[in-house]
Amino acid sequence: MPLKTFSGGIHPLEKTHHGKGLSEHLAITKPEAPRRVKLPMAQHIGAPCRPLVVAGDRVLRGQLIGETGGFVSAPVHASVSGAVLSVQPERAIGGQTPLTVTIENDFKDETVEFIPADPAALSREELLKRVAAAGLAGMGGAAFPLHVKLSPPEGTKIDYLLLNGAECEPYLTADHRMMLERGEMILKGAAILKRILDADAAIIGIEANKQDAIANLERLAQGSGIKIQPLRVKYPQGSEKQIIQSLTGRQVPSGKLPAAAGCVVVNVSTAHAVYEAVALGKPLIDRVLTVTGEGIETPANLEVPIGTEISHLIACCGGLKDGSARLVSGGPMMGIAVFEEDLPIVKGSSGILALLHGSQDAHGEGPCIHCGRCSRGCPIHLQPYELYSDMLKKDWAAAEKHGALDCVECGACSYICPARREVTSAIRVAKRQAQALKRK
Amino acid sequence: MPTKLSVSLSPHVRGELSTQGIMLRVFIALLPAALMGVYAFGGQALWTLILSTASAVLAEALAQKLLKRPVTAFHDGSAAVTGLLLGLCLPPAVPWYLAVVGSAFAVVIAKQVFGGLGSNFVNPALAGRAFLLACWPAAMTTFIGIDGQTGATPLAYLQSPTDLAAAFGENWRLDAFLGRVPGTIGEVSTLALLLGAAFLLISRIIDWRIPLSYLASLGVLSVIAGVELSASLLLGGVVLSAFFMATDYVTSPASSWGKIVFGLGCGVVNFVIRQWGAYPEGVTYAILLMNVCSPLIERATRPKKYGEVKARA
Repeated sequence: MPLKTFSGGIHPLEKTHHGKGLSEHLAITKPEAPRRVKLPMAQHIGAPCRPLVVAGDRVLRGQLIGETGGFVSAPVHASVSGAVLSVQPERAIGGQTPLTVTIENDFKDETVEFIPADPAALSREELLKRVAAAGLAGMGGAAFPLHVKLSPPEGTKIDYLLLNGAECEPYLTADHRMMLERGEMILKGAAILKRILDADAAIIGIEANKQDAIANLERLAQGSGIKIQPLRVKYPQGSEKQIIQSLTGRQVPSGKLPAAAGCVVVNVSTAHAVYEAVALGKPLIDRVLTVTGEGIETPANLEVPIGTEISHLIACCGGLKDGSARLVSGGPMMGIAVFEEDLPIVKGSSGILALLHGSQDAHGEGPCIHCGRCSRGCPIHLQPYELYSDMLKKDWAAAEKHGALDCVECGACSYICPARREVTSAIRVAKRQAQALKRK
Repeated sequence: MPTKLSVSLSPHVRGELSTQGIMLRVFIALLPAALMGVYAFGGQALWTLILSTASAVLAEALAQKLLKRPVTAFHDGSAAVTGLLLGLCLPPAVPWYLAVVGSAFAVVIAKQVFGGLGSNFVNPALAGRAFLLACWPAAMTTFIGIDGQTGATPLAYLQSPTDLAAAFGENWRLDAFLGRVPGTIGEVSTLALLLGAAFLLISRIIDWRIPLSYLASLGVLSVIAGVELSASLLLGGVVLSAFFMATDYVTSPASSWGKIVFGLGCGVVNFVIRQWGAYPEGVTYAILLMNVCSPLIERATRPKKYGEVKARA
């Protein structure tokens, strides 16, 4: 089958198989349970949750402990059973300090009763209700509350449900393993999503470096009406706007949501969680993520309770080589630097990387030589070097005119820049300022 | 065990190719042409190339020191490329001080004065050559043949293949391709230049758009004007300039269509100067003129960004 793709993009870490060789062959395992979990009340984009427990309460696994703070919000459930140690602001990945419920694990694994249901017997509204109640948020990284995504504005026709199995970030292999090991549930989740959206077609896009996953889903999807589409291996193939272009040839209008292009994109692991939520009645309390990188002793794809501290994950993987590393939450292109080891993983955490200390260029940032590599690599066809200079001039109006608000912050421009300029960071600054200017 | 974490800005991994790596590849790509020049014209050509390269690096270092900028002249490689390029577009028998003055002008006046690497608005090597052409017109247009005789550039005979045959023998086409017809040090062997150009194209250091549109427009116009195609492209500095000077990142557009417009413009201006201008070769001024237009071309050929579509429904 011919590979589909988008325009622009780059090929990061091509020589080393995108770093995926470390963990792509490793089956998902459940490591030793953590001693405690920390559950931030803001793990999603949108309004933070209100905690329903206080220190000293005993909670069961799966129990609702944070109720939604608005429509764009996702409830939080306890991921282990045990006693609530504290409810207070704590440091989270990314540096914010949201209200966080810390639970000491009693290792009894006592669980609230999950009420299963037959998806086929439920109406669209009932399906959507179960999705919202389970606290589902995008598991590919952005953690956008799923029920919001599934409720497009009145009168919007969704033609395509697109399932994102691109996993274009180097190193990460969690989605790959999910498609290999839990393909059936992903497909069942996809069928539920398709019904909720009343979409005409459902397509799963997978980068061609995961041939085994493609073959597995093709086999399982026979007769289901869900199409499997191999995609060219190119970064950022799994970016929402890009996978829409790859799979449908459509573009999301500038400043609009994918629904404006008649599409909804859901990560494959999220589709798996949809199946669990709707059919099994299980809220989002566990997730699979990749712990990998050259700095970790034994890379792995782990299924762990949400709220597990990074230090526990590292310990489960044999620790850091020589005790030092650059830790990143997420993939190496868009992930966030981790500055403390005891921060918890959240619903959107797709991986923890331990990279070796940077062999950053000895001479640091050099001057822009206008080589145009950033422009050619930009999947939005912006001129990143131009936005960089807008930032230096603090000309936010120019930055907006030059498309700063359309930037998806994929990092391609910084990766490719021969002068090692922090182009993406510069654009991020310009984008925030241009957004602020626009709100005024 | 206490752990030590270091943090970085995303993306946390970076590509391999650096500015230095690009300059190194361009320098390497120029070596076949330099070798053929030295083979054709002997030790004096070698001396000129060494002098022009060394003076460019030293002059840049000195300028950076005086301007209190970080001294990058020795490691970023851009001054060395400029110096070598300037040397390659000098006639083999120029007095030694022309190589020094030309290189110094190129890196100090055309580049450092405007802010250094990335901030110059014209190609430094060509600016240096233009300066020399204005100050020492005779020395810059006197060429020695392979036989050691001095004479005019073969471009003087451009209009007539019979004159070319009379001056350089029946096999002038093959000779010009291989490097046996007079010219500047770097332009003699088209074969060597194409070898270097192929390396740059394959390793994606340069893009095909500028050289192709440049050579195509010059070729087509020349043929229309009755000049033989092989004469218009094999003689003079067109191939050297199209692949190694017009493709200079700093002074040419970054957009794909911009590159094509830029290349076409170079070819047209080059043709006009050759056909009606006072100089037999128009490469230098053609590219310098287009350098100045480059920002305008880029603005006019901005690619359409993703998402410039209407919402459905």
